Amino acid sequence: MKKTYHVNEKGYYGTFGGAYIPEMLYPNVEELRQQYLEIMYEDSFQKEFKQLLKDYVGRPSPLFYAERLSAKYNTKIYLKREDLNHTGAHKVNNTIGQILMAKRLGKTRIIAETGAGQHGVATATVCALMGMECIVYMGEIDIARQAPNVARMKMLGAEVRAAKSGSRTLKDATNEAIRDWISNPVNTHYIIGSVVGPHPYPDMVARFQAVISEEIEWQLQEKEGRSFPDHVIACVGGGSNAAGAFYQYLDDERVNLIAVEAAGKGIHSGESAATSALGEDGIIHGSRTLLMQTKDGQITEPYSISAGLDYPGVGPMHAHLYKSKRAEFISITDDEAMTAGLELSQLEGIIPAIETSHALAVFDTRKFKEDDIVVLNLSGRGDKDLNTYIDYFKL
Amino acid sequence: MNRINQKLQEDKKLLSIYFTAGYPSLDDTAGVIKELEKNGVDMIEIGLPFSDPLADGPTIQESSTKALENGMTSELLFEQIADIRETVSIPLIIMGYLNPMMQYGIEAFCAKCKEVGVDGLIIPDMPVDVYHEQYQAIFEKYGLLNVFLITPQTSEERIRFIDSISNGFIYMVSSAGTTGAKNSFGNAQETYFDRIGKMNLKNPQIVGFGISNHETFTQATNKAKGAIIGSAFIKYLTKNGTESIKAFVDGVLGK
Repeated sequence: MKKTYHVNEKGYYGTFGGAYIPEMLYPNVEELRQQYLEIMYEDSFQKEFKQLLKDYVGRPSPLFYAERLSAKYNTKIYLKREDLNHTGAHKVNNTIGQILMAKRLGKTRIIAETGAGQHGVATATVCALMGMECIVYMGEIDIARQAPNVARMKMLGAEVRAAKSGSRTLKDATNEAIRDWISNPVNTHYIIGSVVGPHPYPDMVARFQAVISEEIEWQLQEKEGRSFPDHVIACVGGGSNAAGAFYQYLDDERVNLIAVEAAGKGIHSGESAATSALGEDGIIHGSRTLLMQTKDGQITEPYSISAGLDYPGVGPMHAHLYKSKRAEFISITDDEAMTAGLELSQLEGIIPAIETSHALAVFDTRKFKEDDIVVLNLSGRGDKDLNTYIDYFKL
Repeated sequence: MNRINQKLQEDKKLLSIYFTAGYPSLDDTAGVIKELEKNGVDMIEIGLPFSDPLADGPTIQESSTKALENGMTSELLFEQIADIRETVSIPLIIMGYLNPMMQYGIEAFCAKCKEVGVDGLIIPDMPVDVYHEQYQAIFEKYGLLNVFLITPQTSEERIRFIDSISNGFIYMVSSAGTTGAKNSFGNAQETYFDRIGKMNLKNPQIVGFGISNHETFTQATNKAKGAIIGSAFIKYLTKNGTESIKAFVDGVLGK
């Protein structure tokens, strides 16, 4: 049998994945599991999904040959411009897909979790578009740190609820969203923002984000006369933009996959979010995967300068890509990322999200061949991070 | 015979109490167990605290956070239980999430449970199929009962399957919600209790979630073998400390 890195029929990637959920959630998750593929591949669904991606999100996102960056690192670098999407990042590909899914499942109420607020904004946006009630859970600490995104969500008509338990950040917002779903099992759909959570979420979100690599295939074909690059680089927090950029190439071993994690102040500094290096096999948010935890199995709080990468786990697809060595995992510190973000701004006139800056920093730490074709997923734009850039560079 | 099975054979409605290990103080575990037994409680669920308790409402979350701050660990809980086991005969069940048990090692955890005198486990986030395919043989090897949850949304087919792989009791969650969310029962619960009662399951059912006093205990045990109180007891401990546990238990039993 041909080796595959996709999910199997039981919802696992190798030994990772599954649905480790309390019985109270079982009917919700099971309903979704039984129906998601059928709904997703209905003609009418695909038609509506693609139409919205085109007319509302602005897809296809360009594949841009970064000439000056390529010259500097002596290789051929293409940037997949997810930063040009409506709402400024790849997140909206998933929320468009899931809101259409929710409608077809007959749900009337949407809940979501958010860390920095990007997924919350993308969810509030599609809820406004579809006229659906929207409640976004956000850690109390993040609400204080990310005021502009909180305001955006409110302006879009969403209710932002503070998660006051535990460490009051993304993982706790996710816990609260799950608890809400437990209490509202019939009318509510939970739009998870990354390739995490119980099966079928990691697979469903990956399939919605797969539009990224589907476009890379034909765009590269046009530009280079071949549909695959030598390397694909993407940053990984939970891992949704990487899942989308890798998706079409998962089983194509000609393509080297490079996943970039946030090392924070250094992998062994005690302030890091490099899950592959620091994580152990366990359960987080209903999924068996690698996660950062104490010896006693308590989940720990990660750190990164980038709010979108400080998740203590990683999607089960990525845990499997790491363990099986299918993907190369690199961790990048705050300082390396910030430098790379500034460099892209000045070489190409693109201010990237700090998450993406981590991926960009790979060029300074790893050599590529002169004729290598490297696609880097430019997952988001840096407007939301301006204050962090200002503080860091004393601009 | 397992202490839980013995207790289930008694001709009475059972009161089971949940509390979080290491709460309010790290060394309270043994004292709480002793007091609960002395005052006529039938079974005890000892909560192994977890940083991310998905199925629990604010009361148990906060007690878990406090217990972890106090320094509670799996190893320490086993030591505390080993110390108290010789002086109490009440069935003891550990209720906890799967991740801390996985880090301990599932087989090592089960072996330790047997060694210190734990009778069963409730692991809300352990999937039924994973238990059946990977862990059931281990649980049985160490004589541990595993207790599954069912809810008003659980299908009849699934309840039948859960019944077939259970050897103690079924934990009947009274309504949709996390622990401590509700404190009364309505018609929906009555209908649900009736429906499950008529299924003639081989395992008796014990009702949990939403029981806080004599009235709800009586309602819950009208149709079921027993009832579990968790959040209401934790709230009581938070307010009154461990000195007057008798008053709480007397209140629930209507003494």
